[in-house]
Amino acid sequence: MYKIIEARFLGENIKKFEIEAPKIAKRRKAGQFVIIRLDEHGERIPLTIADSNPETGTITLIVQGVGKTTQQLNMMESGDEIMDVVGPLGVPSHIEKFGTTVSVGGGVGTAIAYPTAVAMKEAGNYVITINGARSKDLVLLEDEMKSISDEAYVTTDDGSYGFHGFVTQKLQELIDQGKQIDFVLAIGPIPMMRAIAEVTRPYNIKTMVSLNPIMVDGTGMCGGCRVVVDGVSKFACVDGPEFDAHKVDFKNLMDRNKMYAKKEHESLEHFHEECRLEKKIKEIKE
Amino acid sequence: MQQLTAKERMKIPRHPMVEQDPLERSRNFLEVNQGYDVQLAKEEALRCLQCPKPSCVEGCPVNIQIKDFITLIAEEDYIGAVHKIKEDNALPAICGRVCPQEQQCEAACIVGKRGEPVAIGYLERFVADYERESGNIELPKIAPDTGKKIAIVGSGPAGLSCANDLRQLGHDVTVFEALHQLGGVLVYGIPEFRLPKDIVATEIDGLRKMGVKFETDAIIGRITTIDELMQEEGFDAVFLGVGAGLPWFMGIPGENLVGVYSANEFLTRVNLMKAYNFPNEDTPILDCQDKNIAVFGGGNTAMDAVRTSKRLGAKHAYIIYRRSEAEMPARVEEVKHAKEEGVEFLLLTSPLEFIGDEEEWLCSVKVQKMELGEPDASGRRRPVPIEGSEYEIELDIAIVAIGNGSNPLIPQTTPDIEVSKRGTIVVDDETMKTSKKGVFAGGDIVTGGATVILAMGAGRKAAAAIHDYVTNGNW
Repeated sequence: MYKIIEARFLGENIKKFEIEAPKIAKRRKAGQFVIIRLDEHGERIPLTIADSNPETGTITLIVQGVGKTTQQLNMMESGDEIMDVVGPLGVPSHIEKFGTTVSVGGGVGTAIAYPTAVAMKEAGNYVITINGARSKDLVLLEDEMKSISDEAYVTTDDGSYGFHGFVTQKLQELIDQGKQIDFVLAIGPIPMMRAIAEVTRPYNIKTMVSLNPIMVDGTGMCGGCRVVVDGVSKFACVDGPEFDAHKVDFKNLMDRNKMYAKKEHESLEHFHEECRLEKKIKEIKE
Repeated sequence: MQQLTAKERMKIPRHPMVEQDPLERSRNFLEVNQGYDVQLAKEEALRCLQCPKPSCVEGCPVNIQIKDFITLIAEEDYIGAVHKIKEDNALPAICGRVCPQEQQCEAACIVGKRGEPVAIGYLERFVADYERESGNIELPKIAPDTGKKIAIVGSGPAGLSCANDLRQLGHDVTVFEALHQLGGVLVYGIPEFRLPKDIVATEIDGLRKMGVKFETDAIIGRITTIDELMQEEGFDAVFLGVGAGLPWFMGIPGENLVGVYSANEFLTRVNLMKAYNFPNEDTPILDCQDKNIAVFGGGNTAMDAVRTSKRLGAKHAYIIYRRSEAEMPARVEEVKHAKEEGVEFLLLTSPLEFIGDEEEWLCSVKVQKMELGEPDASGRRRPVPIEGSEYEIELDIAIVAIGNGSNPLIPQTTPDIEVSKRGTIVVDDETMKTSKKGVFAGGDIVTGGATVILAMGAGRKAAAAIHDYVTNGNW
């Protein structure tokens, strides 16, 4: 069992957890992920580690409640326990002194882009961060990003805060201004990562994306997480999760990630029904 | 014991396994084989000729004293019989169910030269079940503590048998498992209808009672490196029984379409994650009810996958295999069971391409008929394509069961362990020593995908060598 030390909402439907997992905290590097299973009926889902603290023995996860498991997780509070937390998994982000690097985070992807941006800064890069959200109240880790960036930008789709537009537009603007960009890491929804790849492709800027395919074991045993990179199947759990954005078959990734859409909906309905029943039973008891 | 002449013994026909009705069982996950009762076991034991030099023992990868345990059954000492087996094999309830006896002990049985061999596997299973059902499993004697700490990586058949032997020798043994549940392939791979999970749990419970420690969610290489185990956590030796990994695909177009699974994933979702009980269990699997499902391959894993898909309601459940039935590596019993359950075998048929729709959902597979040519490197006749024989088969789900490569996690994080070109760990055949001092390996990570009993045999061999190493310091 892995105890939740702290849990708080950062924005609508997005919650930050500090989880006691001392061995993982000690070992984990930027870009790696864990697989969690909430209870004995739970699904195993991968979540990228946003941060870790070897002293307190905790890891940080930032979770958007989308499917059944993430919604159930976001109902958990400090003191609650998660049945399984396995990791750290995946190949760590490749960190080196590139020169100028841009970390692009979209939505909850910002939480994952953050640790790599920190590591890039520590490696001596000039770090630019572009932090995108749908609207102002969904902007994540703004202060954290600012504190480690040489230039920090916030974009909102609706223009309620920062730059009005998408992260891709901001990146294009920087390129158009003649900024010499040596490396881009983009993490967020698949359409965003795909669009970033198209922005940097004409300029041959080395661009990496962190992929989030469906996984089961996370150790290379099941092959469910295979993604097509440069026409070859790769296993995101052991070969990734970061891949060259210009070589990823994003359509295949998107189609494969939709594989259980119907099932996910069914699972969510079932969960909400259970929650309603539980609430009713509680009311009757009271 | 009844005194019978050899002739009289030879006259007794082999007692068939009691099985669930094929139609009924093809809709449930309960064990197909129901096992012998005392009467059947006793009568089957009488068929053994008590050869002075029993060749069956030679046929067994771990040299179980087969003649002796069968004698004990005939004498109605069933507990004595199971103890006799356990001198050489820690997990008889499992091996009695999953060993390919027809290629091992039973292939060597003299009775089998004239008729059907003694049902050694069924008898092994019987005594193991007899002991378990008695509720009184006697724990083996544990030698006094040696003060030596051994880490076993992986809780599959290799790891469990290695742990068993080392604990009996008095060592302090900890087994590390990457998944949330113990048992390795015995729980994620082999289905309930062939190996009930209760049996695996009982065996593991026995090890626990002997004092073996278990840690789940522990991916060695990632959470703790092998060097750390030995230098910081005080382990004197490490055994790597991490199993096969990285399922192979066929390298044909369309393999990443939605609906194409590896057998590992399909079976893990059903066996370990219980996807058949979705949404009460959170893990989904694509609907199999009334669907057309094909499994590619001819081994035990292929049979497990196809029979599982049948149980999940498949309308057509195909085995598509490029050679003929004679070349299939699966146990004879699994092929027989699959056929009885309505699995359709498309032999001498090889896939060329998976075809999908706009949204990349699998629609069909294009296949080609084959004929057998000259033997290849494996000694099996090579399948040769027949020109112009291509056709399409409508499919909703395809399951690829053509074997596994090796898991890269240990080599990735322990560069000083020598691996082969195929990615398997290189060991000394006799001692199972790797190129790294204090580290031993066995099972599928060394051999590539093989059998439970071979993995167990390797675990035992390594245990003996580890004992020698930690006792005498010889490397």
